[in-house]
Amino acid sequence: MSRDKSKLLYAETHEWVDVAEEGGQKIATIGISGFAIEQLNDLVYMELPEVGKTIDAGEEFGEVESVKAVSPLYSPVGGEVIEVHAELPDNLDQLNDDPYDFGWIVKLKIEDESALANLMDFAAYEKQCAESG
Amino acid sequence: MSQADSSPQTYAQTPLGDWHRSAGAKMVPFAGYEMPIQYESIVSEHHACRNAAALFDVSHMGRLRFDGDGSEALLDRLLTRRVTDLPIGGVRYGMVCNQDGGILDDVLVSHLKTPSESRYHLLVVNASNRAKIVEWIKPLLEDFPKVTFSDRTELTAMIAVQGPLAMETCKRLFSFDPSRLKYYQARITDQFSKPVIVSRTGYTGEGGFELVVRAEEATRVWENVLLAGREAGFVPAGLGARDTLRMEAAMPLYGHELDETVDPITAGLNFACNLEDRDFIGRDAIAAVKSAGPRRVRIGLLPAGRRPAREGCDVLSTDGQVIGKITSGGPSPTLGYPIAMAMVDAEHATASEFEIDIRGKRSPATRTKLPFYRRAQK
Repeated sequence: MSRDKSKLLYAETHEWVDVAEEGGQKIATIGISGFAIEQLNDLVYMELPEVGKTIDAGEEFGEVESVKAVSPLYSPVGGEVIEVHAELPDNLDQLNDDPYDFGWIVKLKIEDESALANLMDFAAYEKQCAESG
Repeated sequence: MSQADSSPQTYAQTPLGDWHRSAGAKMVPFAGYEMPIQYESIVSEHHACRNAAALFDVSHMGRLRFDGDGSEALLDRLLTRRVTDLPIGGVRYGMVCNQDGGILDDVLVSHLKTPSESRYHLLVVNASNRAKIVEWIKPLLEDFPKVTFSDRTELTAMIAVQGPLAMETCKRLFSFDPSRLKYYQARITDQFSKPVIVSRTGYTGEGGFELVVRAEEATRVWENVLLAGREAGFVPAGLGARDTLRMEAAMPLYGHELDETVDPITAGLNFACNLEDRDFIGRDAIAAVKSAGPRRVRIGLLPAGRRPAREGCDVLSTDGQVIGKITSGGPSPTLGYPIAMAMVDAEHATASEFEIDIRGKRSPATRTKLPFYRRAQK
């Protein structure tokens, strides 16, 4: 599997979302962008949510920590956590190399699709990064 | 992830600001200055300092000069540390306190002699406290009319060269070999006839020295040191590594371990107070805390697991009572696990087990001796 970063949706807060249909359900896979990981630098810790938890769009679902600071992770969509990437917190160095495949953080069963409309496509996200970087 | 703060504001630049930017440093606002927080990575800069040496631009720190008769007496009244017997070439760490013993700043005072044989004292203060300390000194000057006080911060730059290879590598860079200085000694020397103050001090827990040079010489001296240390692995390092290094060495940072609500005894800095046979601002209040015993104590904690406890987290006793707060905390690059300093109620300070509330989740922690890291002594 190889996720194409140019086909993902992005939040202003640097999370990416990949929406796919699985058995009639819309499933969102969420991670953080390569740009964000590069900005954070020296990651040391990640806190994941519990499976079964329901998260609203825009709500904090976990946190990622660099040497210097803690950054909350915000869910770009609302839904129930159906899977978390449990190996990720112990392999944060691999996030740098592979933010879009190995770097997925959670999968949500989408319950509130409306927030998807607020997300950016890759081109718009790249523009945001260029302006802030 | 949060969004970047894009509020328009201008910050002061140190004389090395252009160098940092052209080297690709990530710049952040700090105490009114735009300062490099990192060049490559905090962790690699941290390791370079522990294994070779790192250069830090610390020009944002305030440099205040006292010339003329009475300088010793003025500073002796200002500081928790005796200044009247500080020999030429001596450096001391002390604090400026208010009448209640609250710490206004922690500082270094040096006694220096110029090539023309005149003497002066140099007070290095924290960037964030410079304006406050300058105002605090002004009324004292009225009692010491022969003292000339000048703020040299903007006319000069300050560079810290810290690490086990700093001294050996830089032996021949100045007319005077800095390795001839003892720890906490300083003197004025020169490089290519341009004056340089070399001080065997630092804020990383490593050996090394700090330089004060004229602002227009800053880039040349910085590049000379970097070049001299290129083979040895010298790197420029930012405020990020400076913080992780000083935390491992359990050195207090103003605004974290120290502030106006903390006196030097409570901060665990008894060594930096000379209370006998002298008077200074805050002396009686500090002596009272010393005789009664401090109500809070600074301790070191090792949070269990890998999740760092950060400044502001509540510290609890094992029976669930909030007994203090984390003042500084984060991952230790040298040790490979999280470390934290905390201020806790004195009656709980000798316990060995604690809990820390890390943003809503309780996590166990054990007390450990400070510092977390001590360099191998030669």
